[in-house]
Amino acid sequence: MKASAFDYARVASIHHALEMLSLHGEQAKLLSGGQSLLPAMNLRLVSPQILIDIGDLAELRGIAVDSDVLRIGALTRHVELLTSHLVAAHAPLLSDAVKHIAHPAIRNRGTLGGSLAHADPAAELPACMLALNATIIACGRDGERRIAAAEFFQGIYATALRPDELLAAVELPIARQNSVDFFQEFARRHGDYALAGVAARASVASGGFSKLRMAFFAIADRPVLANAAAKLLNVAITPELIADASVAFGNELNPPEDQQASSSMRRHLASVLFRRCVEALLARGRLYGGAG
Amino acid sequence: MTAPMPISLEVNGERVDLHVLPRVNLADFLREHLHLTGTHVGCEHGVCGACTVRVNGEIVRACLMLAVQVHGKTVQTIEGLSDSGEVADLQSAFRERNALQCGYCTPGMLMAAEDLLKQQNEPSRELIREHLSGNYCRCTGYQAIVDAIEATAHSRRGRPR
Repeated sequence: MKASAFDYARVASIHHALEMLSLHGEQAKLLSGGQSLLPAMNLRLVSPQILIDIGDLAELRGIAVDSDVLRIGALTRHVELLTSHLVAAHAPLLSDAVKHIAHPAIRNRGTLGGSLAHADPAAELPACMLALNATIIACGRDGERRIAAAEFFQGIYATALRPDELLAAVELPIARQNSVDFFQEFARRHGDYALAGVAARASVASGGFSKLRMAFFAIADRPVLANAAAKLLNVAITPELIADASVAFGNELNPPEDQQASSSMRRHLASVLFRRCVEALLARGRLYGGAG
Repeated sequence: MTAPMPISLEVNGERVDLHVLPRVNLADFLREHLHLTGTHVGCEHGVCGACTVRVNGEIVRACLMLAVQVHGKTVQTIEGLSDSGEVADLQSAFRERNALQCGYCTPGMLMAAEDLLKQQNEPSRELIREHLSGNYCRCTGYQAIVDAIEATAHSRRGRPR
């Protein structure tokens, strides 16, 4: 239960980090909050030869709004997402989601960039990026690369990041006046990884959806968008339509099985979440729509 | 480079300059290098909370931080909070309410509870449970722990500051 021996380098600039990455390639791991990496190292599931500690890089911090984009630095910690007024105003989905991630002591260390680069299929933040149609900004020696969230997550612990790139920030389109967010997950205990979960953003007008992005997690090898959401766009929503769409959604899935839940249990939970999510989004949309 | 690296930090108000291997986590560093054995090691992968300490004023898992990451930072352990008297009333409440049996989880419980009480002067039982959800106790069933924290919050509200 102790990590095997490794080298450690604390870097003072992104440039220095990228140099170290290109020097050591896949034998290196970037260390930010370490709340997923260090448990894996203690359990000897991974044994990198060198850790490159980017924790001091101020240029990877900060939350800012620039016209209609919310930019969040990779080193932003979960606790900062939870308490940020900018996040609460422009991406309330993230404020909701972070409450479900682990526990206070872990949220004080874990980072947004770390969670996304780790790409655990049961993690909350990757699904939020997909729901919010985020752009992930990767930094390499040739400059920046902008990657859509839908292309970024490629499988269990697998992303579009190259071994010599680091995740610098994410950019999110800010919430519009008629947009509503919803987050819910099922877990055995609060703070555990989810058995199934959903993160969603929708635009609601005249009691229907003009946009609907529902990203599900813990039900595939990566977060996935519900294709069945298309059935609910620009039509009058009835309970029958929601029921049909949630069945169609269940049929899209082939969830993995583990000690936590069987495949059919995950499919069932995801269908329940689908229905609850649609109903909650509509109710919230009506609430805000009625006031405006 | 797997050789020991120099680190400087402050632990419970005292400056510490030592050399440490990169693989040594903060919990082991505190226990084995500084002989501060109040920080307990349970699961070593961030689940049980027995190793909870403060770094720069915020609670963290000492098993999920490397000692080399704490270079230049301030660490407070249960020894520090106990010696300064910061948690004296909380400790008394734990004793009075039988909020510990074997005591293994207690240092981590006290660190997490004090963290909550610093942020909230009137936490509900639900909030107490939520804040302690990352700290496991295998003896008490938690009821007495929640009682002790609730009682401490109550008595602190009546205390002139």
